[in-house]
Amino acid sequence: MAGAPLAEHAPAAGHDEGHHDVRPVRKTAMWVFLGSECVFFGAMISTFLLYRSNTNGGIGSEIFDIPFTSASSFVLLMSSLTMVLAHGAYYGGDLRQARVWLAATALLGTTFLAGQIFEFSEFIHQGLTLTSSPFGSAFYMLTGFHGAHVAVGVLLLGSMFLLSLGGRLYDDRGLNVELVGLYWHFVDIVWIVIFTVVYLLQQP
Amino acid sequence: MAERAHPTPGMYWLIAAVLAVITAAEIAVPQISAFDGAPRVLLLIGLGALKFGAVVAFFMHLRFDKPLYRNLFLVGLFGAIPIFTVVLLTFTAF
Repeated sequence: MAGAPLAEHAPAAGHDEGHHDVRPVRKTAMWVFLGSECVFFGAMISTFLLYRSNTNGGIGSEIFDIPFTSASSFVLLMSSLTMVLAHGAYYGGDLRQARVWLAATALLGTTFLAGQIFEFSEFIHQGLTLTSSPFGSAFYMLTGFHGAHVAVGVLLLGSMFLLSLGGRLYDDRGLNVELVGLYWHFVDIVWIVIFTVVYLLQQP
Repeated sequence: MAERAHPTPGMYWLIAAVLAVITAAEIAVPQISAFDGAPRVLLLIGLGALKFGAVVAFFMHLRFDKPLYRNLFLVGLFGAIPIFTVVLLTFTAF
C-alpha cells in the first residue's frame, strides 16, 4: 500500500520468477468478500428494523444502555486507529511498533467483546432472550453475528502477532497484515451502522 | 491507475480525534429536545455516515487505493441499500 514496503524484508529479486504475483488477486478477493458482507449485514439490519416493534408486550429498545454502548463503540472505533497505525508502522519498517499496535488492536477488540458479553448477560437477566420476542431474536442475531466477526478478527490479530514473534510477518510482503486490517475496519464500520440504527435511532 | 500517497500517522490521529468528536455529538443529539423527531433521525444518520465515510476513505485507504477496490465495495454497499429498502417498504416497516 504505502510506497515500497520494507525492501530489506521483501523476497529477493527473482524469487518469484516463473510465478504470478497473486497479491492483487487476493486483495481483490477480500474487497469482493467485504462487498458481499454488506449484503449479509444489510439483510440482518433489515430484519431487525422489521421486527423492532414486535416485542410480544415485553422488553423493547428501552432496555438499551446508551452510555455503556457508546463507550463500547468508542473502544471499537479507536481499535481502527491502532490497526491503521500497526499497518503504517509495518510499512515504515518498524516491526516492534507494528507488534505493539497489533496487540493494542486485539486488546481493544477483546474489550469490546467483553462489553458485549456483559450487555447480553444483563439483558438476559432482565428477561430479553433470543426466544422472548421477534425483537429479541433479531437483536441477538444481528449483534451476535457482529460479535462473532469481532471474535474472528481478534483471532486473526493474535495470529499476526504470533507470526511477528516468529519473524514470519513479512511472508507475502505484508499482504496478510493488510487483509486483516481491511477485515477489521469493515467490522468497525458495520458497528457504526448498528450503533446508529439499532441503538440511537430506537431511543424514545 | 497508480495508488496515491497514504496519510501520515499524525493524520490518522487527527481523523481519530474527529471521529471521537462525532461520536460525542451522536450521544448528545438525542438529549437535545430541539432535535426531536425527523431532525434527530437525519442528524444521527448524517453523523453515522460521516464516521462510516471517514473510516472507509482513510483507514481502509479507499481514497488512495486503486479504483477497482472502491468500485467492488460500492457495488456491495449500494447494491444492498436499494434491495433492503424495497424489502422494508414491502413489509411496511416504516
